[in-house]
Amino acid sequence: MSRRSWIHGRVAAAALIAVGANLGCTGAGARVGESSDAAQRVYVAPGKYDEFYAFFSGGFDGQVGVYGLPSGRLLKHVPVFSQSAENGWGYSEQTKPMLTTSYGFVPWDDAHHPQLSQTAGVPDGRWLFINGNNTPRIARLDLAHFETEEILEIPNSAGNHSSPFVTENNEYVVAGTRFSVPAPQRDVSIEDYKTAFNGVLSFIRVDSATGHMAIAFQIKLPAFDYDLSHAGKGPSHGWSFFTSYNSEEANTKLEVNASQKDKDYIAAINWKQAERCVADKKATTMPARYAHNLIGEDGIARTDWGSSVTMVTPAACPDMVYYLPTPKSPHGVDVDPTGEYIVAGGKLATVIPVHSFTRMQKAIADKAFAGEDHGIPVLKYEATVAGEVQNPGLGPLHTEFDGKGFAYTSMFLSSEIVKWSLKDFTVVDRAPTFYSIGHLMIPGGDSRKPWGKYVLALNKITKDRYLPTGPELAQSAQLYDISGSRMKLLLDFPTIGEPHYAQALPASMIKDRQLKMYPLAENKDPWAAKNEKATRVERKGSVVHVLMTSVRSHFMPDKIEGIRVGDSVYFHLTNLEQDWDVPHGFAVLGANNSELLMMPGQTRTLAWVPKQVGVFPFYCTDFCSALHQEMQGYIRVSPAGSKTELKWNSPSYRQEAEEKEGHDSDDGHESGERGTR
Amino acid sequence: MKRSTRLAVAAASLLLLMVYLLPLWRINLIAPQYPEGLGLRIWVDRVTGIKAGDLNSINGLNHYIGMRAIEPDAIPELRVMPPLVAVAVAVGLLVAVIGRRVPLYLFSAGAVVLASVGLWDFYRWGWDYGHHLDPHAAIKVPGMSYEPPLIGSKQLLNFHATSWPDLGGWIAIVAVAVFVAAAVVEWRRAARRQAVSTPAAPLSIELSRNAR
Repeated sequence: MSRRSWIHGRVAAAALIAVGANLGCTGAGARVGESSDAAQRVYVAPGKYDEFYAFFSGGFDGQVGVYGLPSGRLLKHVPVFSQSAENGWGYSEQTKPMLTTSYGFVPWDDAHHPQLSQTAGVPDGRWLFINGNNTPRIARLDLAHFETEEILEIPNSAGNHSSPFVTENNEYVVAGTRFSVPAPQRDVSIEDYKTAFNGVLSFIRVDSATGHMAIAFQIKLPAFDYDLSHAGKGPSHGWSFFTSYNSEEANTKLEVNASQKDKDYIAAINWKQAERCVADKKATTMPARYAHNLIGEDGIARTDWGSSVTMVTPAACPDMVYYLPTPKSPHGVDVDPTGEYIVAGGKLATVIPVHSFTRMQKAIADKAFAGEDHGIPVLKYEATVAGEVQNPGLGPLHTEFDGKGFAYTSMFLSSEIVKWSLKDFTVVDRAPTFYSIGHLMIPGGDSRKPWGKYVLALNKITKDRYLPTGPELAQSAQLYDISGSRMKLLLDFPTIGEPHYAQALPASMIKDRQLKMYPLAENKDPWAAKNEKATRVERKGSVVHVLMTSVRSHFMPDKIEGIRVGDSVYFHLTNLEQDWDVPHGFAVLGANNSELLMMPGQTRTLAWVPKQVGVFPFYCTDFCSALHQEMQGYIRVSPAGSKTELKWNSPSYRQEAEEKEGHDSDDGHESGERGTR
Repeated sequence: MKRSTRLAVAAASLLLLMVYLLPLWRINLIAPQYPEGLGLRIWVDRVTGIKAGDLNSINGLNHYIGMRAIEPDAIPELRVMPPLVAVAVAVGLLVAVIGRRVPLYLFSAGAVVLASVGLWDFYRWGWDYGHHLDPHAAIKVPGMSYEPPLIGSKQLLNFHATSWPDLGGWIAIVAVAVFVAAAVVEWRRAARRQAVSTPAAPLSIELSRNAR
């Protein structure tokens, strides 16, 4: 190394140290390897269970990843907004309607924020909600069987990002638009952004017994970008808070044009006031077409179409919306477990502002307004803010709480987690993340009772953390122990998809009520064959229904003839097993969709349009038994218009053949292939 | 018959009614693939899985070795046993009411015979299931048969099978034991009384006194 470059190196190091000191660095430095017992702390011995279920959004893979903590082991990948060829989600006839929208079939979305349902402000383990960002939708997963049960499209929204955040008792799942759009949509110039565009927030009612969602009302606000949200809790229950950026109302080059103002806003929504305005008929009914997809008791998804929404405006409903000035293009808005503090992550700000709910109410009562924006009162910053965390780091994004008086904020730019005290708003600890942390998560850390044992960093960049895999690298999560006074890095683990945000709860809350199989006797699918005698093949014109069963280790029937090129063949597969962890798969050569995976007792249907003459095998794809390789069959495809007799080898065919012979004695069947089982 | 014997016979007869409510026998199967186990319960009138779906699963697995499916409707014993138990209870009560020794002897002997025949029949079914295998079965192990153990444990390929009386079975065993004990007590009492009435037996009085 030349002397000159050595000096340069020293200067650079000094500059870094200075930045560290400015940021109030405690001098702890990277704590990798500091906790010598890290391996033990995350080691879950073979056959033992993790302490927490963690639900990670898959980001732009559109799914939910279920991981165990503290081990970081992937337990399941639950398909939500994206088709999953692995199990036929969005390909099978029963699940295709789940991806219906007013734009037609949309087989992908960008899923950002999982949110556990809550009772009394604490996760109750019943459902998980998650947003589809690109084509605005909210999905609900049932945590007894880890499947998506419902997807509701959100009209008048675009970039459904400040979603879905629940109120204390799932009164509402709240959804806001990141991209303001003309509401209702119409053909206008983008130049007319300020006059023709709106930001719409949606309040979705959740049925407390079934979980079924319905849009109760929407609130039409100025055309800002509504970024994140959280509902109030305890004393602040009845309010929802949304961060916004682009209060500049720019419609181009937002990275500069939406970063001009010193402060943007948190929109404080008094939803109880909104309810009163709706009840007092101060709202209007606006036409809107949106899909509501729900899996029925028969296991089949159906779409209901919404035709209108109830729209409330601040002009028609005073005292419903107040703006809290907040520096600078804030991202997260997080309410502490007591419900008193509203913490904003101003991602370009040099402080973390902490608003007080008590002070906010007083400011409203005292009319401590700094002015109005689009007719909405803007409260004075000094009147609502309880304090600012000084020198927290760079790029504060999102805050969660440990329930012991501390807050943990992710710092995107300085790539660290900062722990600070809710008593005096001072930084008490910081730990580096690898690299560029987005959201962070403490189990129950956005609820009234956090299980404050771990904090999880959800990172955007992994660079050199794992063996390299070409240009596209895994994304990752990092687990820190927060049970002591200092954060300790315990574990890195790569994730499927972008772990945008996550939620977690103790495993004991849901472990013992997991569904093990679907009772065959309760199978209500109209095309189910509940035993082998009920299997059959029916032709109706060019549509052929094959009612087939699978059980270790054969299909019934497994020989089918009389199909013609161009037929629409529906394979209705019923898994006759009533045994835990014995799914069967079904794949047929030339299928243009995917395989099917049938859980025990379940019926799934695959459409198949043969395009070529020939004999095509089908087989079980999920290794089911010692004779799994033998679980196969053939289907013969004859030319279009041919007279090949429709036949199959199951008891029903023998019966039908005998009936036929009884009626028509001249009929000379070959009899070798009938009812062999 | 002593009053206490009559009460014991009546009580044991009534106790026998519990077999209508409780399973007689249970067979548990454990395999690497079934750490949670599969199992059968044999009741007086039916055969069920210990968990929902167990019977179905056991039949499914048995088809690999060519064993006939267990179809409770096709087992005539399950139709015969309920009235037989009712008769046993009625006769037992009658014996207690009559209070005569000979009917008691006959009844307890009958109960033992019935229980033995029942066990033998159970063994015969097991043997029959285990030996009469479909020659076209997928898995054929030369020399291997699959009858479950009558009582105790046995390894059957990857399954460890354990067979024991269940609560109803134990109750039936206790009831039969009470009948037999009642018969023995009464028989010895009768023998003693006969000895007392015979002048040439002072020794036996001493003996029976000592025995008391």
